[in-house]
Amino acid sequence: MDTRSNEPSEYSVSELSQKIKRHLEDGFDVVRVRGELGKVATPPSGHIYLSLKDDKAVLDGVIWRSNARALAFKPEIGLEVIATGQLRTYAPQSKYQISIDSIAPAGEGALMAMLEKRKRKLAAQGLFDEERKRELPFLPQIIGVATSPGGAVIHDILHRLSGRFPRHVLLWPVQVQGEKCAAEVVAAVRGFNALKPGGDIPRPDIIIVARGGGSLEDLWPFNEEEIVQAVAASDIPVISAIGHESDTTLIDLAADKRAPTPTAAAEFAVPVRSELLETVENFARRLNLANTRRLETAAERLNQSARHIRRASDILSPLMQRFDNIEGRLKRAFAHGHAIQVERFASLGARISLHALRKQLDTAVDRFDTIKTRVNRSVHTMLSDLNKKLEAHGNLLEAFSHQRVLERGFALVWEGKNLVSRAEQARAGTEVSLEFAGNNRVQATIASESSAKPKKKPASKTTKEQESLFKKS
Amino acid sequence: MAEKKSNTKIEAMSFEQALNELENIVEQLEQGNESLKRGVELYERGVALKTHCETQLREAQMKVEKIEARAGKAVGTTPVKNGDNG
Repeated sequence: MDTRSNEPSEYSVSELSQKIKRHLEDGFDVVRVRGELGKVATPPSGHIYLSLKDDKAVLDGVIWRSNARALAFKPEIGLEVIATGQLRTYAPQSKYQISIDSIAPAGEGALMAMLEKRKRKLAAQGLFDEERKRELPFLPQIIGVATSPGGAVIHDILHRLSGRFPRHVLLWPVQVQGEKCAAEVVAAVRGFNALKPGGDIPRPDIIIVARGGGSLEDLWPFNEEEIVQAVAASDIPVISAIGHESDTTLIDLAADKRAPTPTAAAEFAVPVRSELLETVENFARRLNLANTRRLETAAERLNQSARHIRRASDILSPLMQRFDNIEGRLKRAFAHGHAIQVERFASLGARISLHALRKQLDTAVDRFDTIKTRVNRSVHTMLSDLNKKLEAHGNLLEAFSHQRVLERGFALVWEGKNLVSRAEQARAGTEVSLEFAGNNRVQATIASESSAKPKKKPASKTTKEQESLFKKS
Repeated sequence: MAEKKSNTKIEAMSFEQALNELENIVEQLEQGNESLKRGVELYERGVALKTHCETQLREAQMKVEKIEARAGKAVGTTPVKNGDNG
């Protein structure tokens, strides 16, 4: 026997690598492997490099670009997945890896666990905060809708919109599931925001992102962080309507309003036109009623004012009476024949004539209906001023009147405190004093009596009467 | 109640603004504390606001357009017929 036959065959490194390769690749055919994604790298080449692991071992893997494009979800570190593919060796580095044809989350539990983790992370960034949420416009003119252009969803939205309040709708077509979905929805939200108000394509006042019901995997793109970020950053308020009421995706948490269905989204977006018409009509009725009532009230107030004017003349009449009284007394004083007094009265009279006063009163009364209290006050003041003035003038007149007469060469004859105004009063031998201008008096004695008979009236009475004329009223 | 700036051009007002001001005017007039002259001004403005609101309600029409997007930007629209096919 050849001793060498017991010896292992000798290979070159390449020969051995070739043998291992054949062994591995032929021996396993297609494999399904479950594990947690340890690391994920997505270089610009489009291939995805990742590793699958459990507590004892690690298996490298690659998803070539052609397969990566068809993935329904984005591989994420920490997610438990089931990968299907073939084992391949890489001889230059003494390595083996799995070339993955398809990869999927290992059941809903795995997805939910990851979703929870992402939700906590985004919540910590404040993207779901209530105070971030904007109020929806009361009546948007333009409504932007990002959804699939065919199918029940857009139909439901348009149908409900036209039933409630017909609007201008801009539909931004997007895929609502699969790999491209997230990027297209993000583009739609950003694209609507980029439109200028009043531009060729008008800027929506509100955005609806909608999709019908589906499996957790179908709705998965609406959990993607990029969609959440885009919706949270939108200046235009966003209503989300993804899946059925029981499905909550992360876009719902970031949206300003979450609608349970596409139809409900349309209801949130616009009010009911017929109800608004009713509201406006109702306001119009109240407006007219209030106006009529105002005019009636105003007419009533006008009547009241007219009554007040009559009452005002009642207040004025005593003052008028006083005026007449003083005027009468002045007249009587002048009637006594003092030419100067008459002259002065004439000028005084012109200045404060009854006519002029009445005219002023009329004016005051005219103003009364608009500013009743003010006029009341001012007429009062005016009248009492006039009154005072008049009295002052009267007093002045009295003070000066007989002095002026004396200056013209007349003199007053006093017997004690009595004025001797008639010759019959002067008895022979009586001591009298003669008052001249400037209050100067000289004593004199009556030399002879008048030949005329004395009147029946006692002299003192006459004197008193005369005196009273000069007394202050 | 604070006096609303009532010199805003009505044509430029949104439906909601106009409706709110109309409501304010109605309430002010119903309280009846305004002067006669101010009341007439308010009434006239109220009537104009009501017309503005009504016009917006009655002239509302459905119009649906599909966005044509290129590189994430809206570059045009095509009208969608049968906007309400329900």
